[in-house]
Amino acid sequence: MNFLPYAVAAYLLVIGLYGIVTSRNLIHMVVCLSVVQSSTYVVLLSIGFRSNATAPIFVDIPVGTRAVDPIVQALTSTDVVIGVTVSALLLALAVQVHKRSRTLDPNSLSSLKG
Amino acid sequence: MSSSVRSTVFFIGAAGLAVFLLWGLAGLPDFGNFRGDYGLLLNRVGVEQTSATNIVAAVTFDYRGFDTMAEEFILFAAVLGTALLLRAQREEEEEPAEDMAQDRRPPHDSDAVRELCLGLVAPAVLFGLYVVAHGHLSPGGGFQGGVVLATAPLLMYLAGEYAGLRTLSPRTVVELAEGTGAAGYVGVGLVGLAASVSFMKNFLPLGRPGDLLSSGTILVLNFAVGFAVAAGFVLLLTEFLEQTLEVRRRSRA
Repeated sequence: MNFLPYAVAAYLLVIGLYGIVTSRNLIHMVVCLSVVQSSTYVVLLSIGFRSNATAPIFVDIPVGTRAVDPIVQALTSTDVVIGVTVSALLLALAVQVHKRSRTLDPNSLSSLKG
Repeated sequence: MSSSVRSTVFFIGAAGLAVFLLWGLAGLPDFGNFRGDYGLLLNRVGVEQTSATNIVAAVTFDYRGFDTMAEEFILFAAVLGTALLLRAQREEEEEPAEDMAQDRRPPHDSDAVRELCLGLVAPAVLFGLYVVAHGHLSPGGGFQGGVVLATAPLLMYLAGEYAGLRTLSPRTVVELAEGTGAAGYVGVGLVGLAASVSFMKNFLPLGRPGDLLSSGTILVLNFAVGFAVAAGFVLLLTEFLEQTLEVRRRSRA
């Protein structure tokens, strides 16, 4: 069994989490979160892959040609769009944090301010 | 929590996670031989049932159309949240964009960048519309084409024309497009409900597979999503740009 694509997904997940935990900058943290998220793209697309198959687009190939799974591809495009908008929301939060406390280092944000 | 304690906690947690991940991954279908019944079935009957030759689009906008509506509203909510977070706060005021350091000479504008970006604005709009309109035929669709459309105002900004960006995408038009796109999606679903018995029913004539005007509501929904995504991205872009260009901390009087 070819294990590599799944191992890549697991690696991306863990390395992204490591980045989030050790991050010293909120913007860096948002980028790490998108690395974690990209592991879900890899895992979805590798599950749906079929060897020697083409894309599930039957515009110039006959229906019945061996094609990869269309459902996980639709899920991945959903995933990408959500990822981008959530990143934008988090970056907006980072802007506000910087305005209020003049720092982006999460370690300096230990106390709550009203 | 000190950073060394935090790393220790993380490594213990990560070790546990790795065990579960490997266990779970070992149970996944063999790479390259996936036998998902639904995917195989849709690849066989999708073209006939929906007239869309892009089965991914058929899944997104027809078979799973209801889920995509929820996704569209996640996008809507995230854009709304960003706009709320980045509006002028109590202690800030907005003022027209101008140079903050009057004595500093700005770097000379690069004519090459300017001409290239301005020249690419019209092709970006055209290509975006093409990707949206052909979503049911070939790779692309509302989400992808919407992002391409949103690059046009960005190119305008890169060309050094911030005023041009605002002219190309006036606030009211962008907000209207965002709302109309999201509401249009629900509207198509409701018309489907009225025309037959189920929400999101594909009630328009399906046409011939491969034609531009085919696949019924999938084409309409692609446009609704395309406008919503393009407007959403332009809103995000202008909110972040305003943050650096127009919003200033109110000077203490």
